[in-house]
Amino acid sequence: MKIRISNKFSSAVKEKIGFTFLALCIVITLLFLAGIIYLIFSNGLEVISWEFLTSVPRKGMTAGGVAPAIVGTLYLTVGAVAFALPLGLACAIYLNEYGPRGFIVNIIRMSINNLAGVPSVVFGLFGLAVFVKFFGFGVSILSGSLTLGILILPGIISASQEALMAAPYSIREASLALGATQWQTIKKTVLPAAMPGIMTGVILSVARAAGETAPILFTAATFYKRGYPDSIFSEVMALPYHIYALMTEGTKPDKQTAIAYGCALLLLAITLLISAVAIYLRNKYRSLYAR
Amino acid sequence: MPVKNNDVRIKAENVDFYYGTHKAIKNISIDFYNDKVTAFIGPSGCGKSTFIRLLNRMNDLIANAKACGSIYLDGENILSPKADVVKIRRKIGMVFQKPNPFPKSIWQNISYGLEIQGEKDKKKIEAVVEDSLRKAALWNEVKDRLRDNALKLSGGQQQRLCIARCLAVDPEVILFDEPCASLDPISTNKIEDLILELKKNYTIAIVTHNMQQAARVSDFTAFMYLGELIEFGVTSQIFTVPKEKKTEEYLSGKFG
Ligand SMILES: Nc1ncnc2c1ncn2[C@@H]1O[C@H](COP(=O)(O)OP(=O)(O)OP(=O)(O)O)[C@@H](O)[C@H]1O
Ligand SMILES: [Mg+2]
Repeated sequence: MKIRISNKFSSAVKEKIGFTFLALCIVITLLFLAGIIYLIFSNGLEVISWEFLTSVPRKGMTAGGVAPAIVGTLYLTVGAVAFALPLGLACAIYLNEYGPRGFIVNIIRMSINNLAGVPSVVFGLFGLAVFVKFFGFGVSILSGSLTLGILILPGIISASQEALMAAPYSIREASLALGATQWQTIKKTVLPAAMPGIMTGVILSVARAAGETAPILFTAATFYKRGYPDSIFSEVMALPYHIYALMTEGTKPDKQTAIAYGCALLLLAITLLISAVAIYLRNKYRSLYAR
Repeated sequence: MPVKNNDVRIKAENVDFYYGTHKAIKNISIDFYNDKVTAFIGPSGCGKSTFIRLLNRMNDLIANAKACGSIYLDGENILSPKADVVKIRRKIGMVFQKPNPFPKSIWQNISYGLEIQGEKDKKKIEAVVEDSLRKAALWNEVKDRLRDNALKLSGGQQQRLCIARCLAVDPEVILFDEPCASLDPISTNKIEDLILELKKNYTIAIVTHNMQQAARVSDFTAFMYLGELIEFGVTSQIFTVPKEKKTEEYLSGKFG
């Protein structure tokens, strides 16, 4: 009798220890997250002002604003998605709906997944060799967007593929049985049903494209540019690279560090903003189409 | 019930069907008559769904499947590789076992078939939507909520919506694969009444596990067993004096 009670007791204690341990893990994770946010806000908030957001840098980056870098990051991100979304979606549709079944598709899928694991600086080198040099686009928005586009392509393809696969078979059948062609079925039934999933893929990609430094290092970014880019062949300032430059170059480290934190804060805000828009779109589609 | 040969709408001759190496349909020949209901009965896995899905080429979606023989509709062989699948499916509509409305509005579910045919005329679409919903005995229940998502409807309403959706493209033949399998008795009754109403204008094939249902709605009954058509005849005869021993055993519940 005694033994049983003590057994019960010890298993309850074990359970308690287990729970405490798991809870602790969450607390540690949240602490890191809170730490990052605190660090960025406490150091960055002081430099944020209307001027910081809307004017060009002055006095060798130690004063003025970072507007050109904000604009540059937006251009690069939008460009990357504009390139990668149609291409990735088309690939996903082909692989999932039309492509040959089995072995070949598996090989292609594996290659795409491997592409996702390639370090981003390698994409940067590729962009330099191909877009900047070979195609002669120079260090420009175009080269940077394409490079970032290739970087996010695997993510977009696999997210789209998963979303397409998750679209119920029964509604494809329904559409085909009404005399729809396969393309009509994909366009009018499968894609709308897959849209929330595709949006999720885009959200993650946007956040990634906006924050990457290495791919634009040799293909698009410049430390300082007088004024704003005037064409897709201009080089641009971009927030992630600007942070890197402020922390590694220049003559007034303390002033520059403050601005770098300000940029980090902005980058965080922009990423959240784009995500919010994408989440809004996703929910709109979801309420229309989800079961 | 005497039937003349020129009343034949669909004529299947020596049809075989393979899933890979598994022969699921064995040399079936059968006629479907104009404006009549033909019921398919038989134990689970005997090939009823497989066979009626051959009629509108739904089995095309299955990898490694192969069909032999011929099925004639209006003098054209449905099974021929040269046959126009889209045209066939417009003539032969289908209602599935589980209601499968599109995750769109009630209206969009019905207008879908017209839109894919390129119909732009709003007035015409409006007329067809109302007409189809009336024919499917659903109009009164949904006329004030046509913009609502179809998935908000009950199971029985969803199935009638699927019937309306099928009627909207004006088929000649309608295939029902266990249309009441997931429905309650009241909804089932409604669908059965509907089928009786529809057969005035449409040739109908229905798969069912419910013998009463087969007896109630069908003019002809086909009994299948292990991929073969064991017996085909007028429903009242099949249910009272079946010619084949297997049919009798199945109907008396000896197996199935
Ligand atoms: N996609 C498929 N691939 C391989 N075999 C299949 C496939 N679909 C059905 N079969 C097989 O073909 C045979 C006939 O199946 P079918 O679905 O036509 O039977 P059924 O008479 O409709 O049965 P139920 O009454 O249970 O719906 C079964 O042996 C089944 O296992
Ligand atoms: Mg079946």
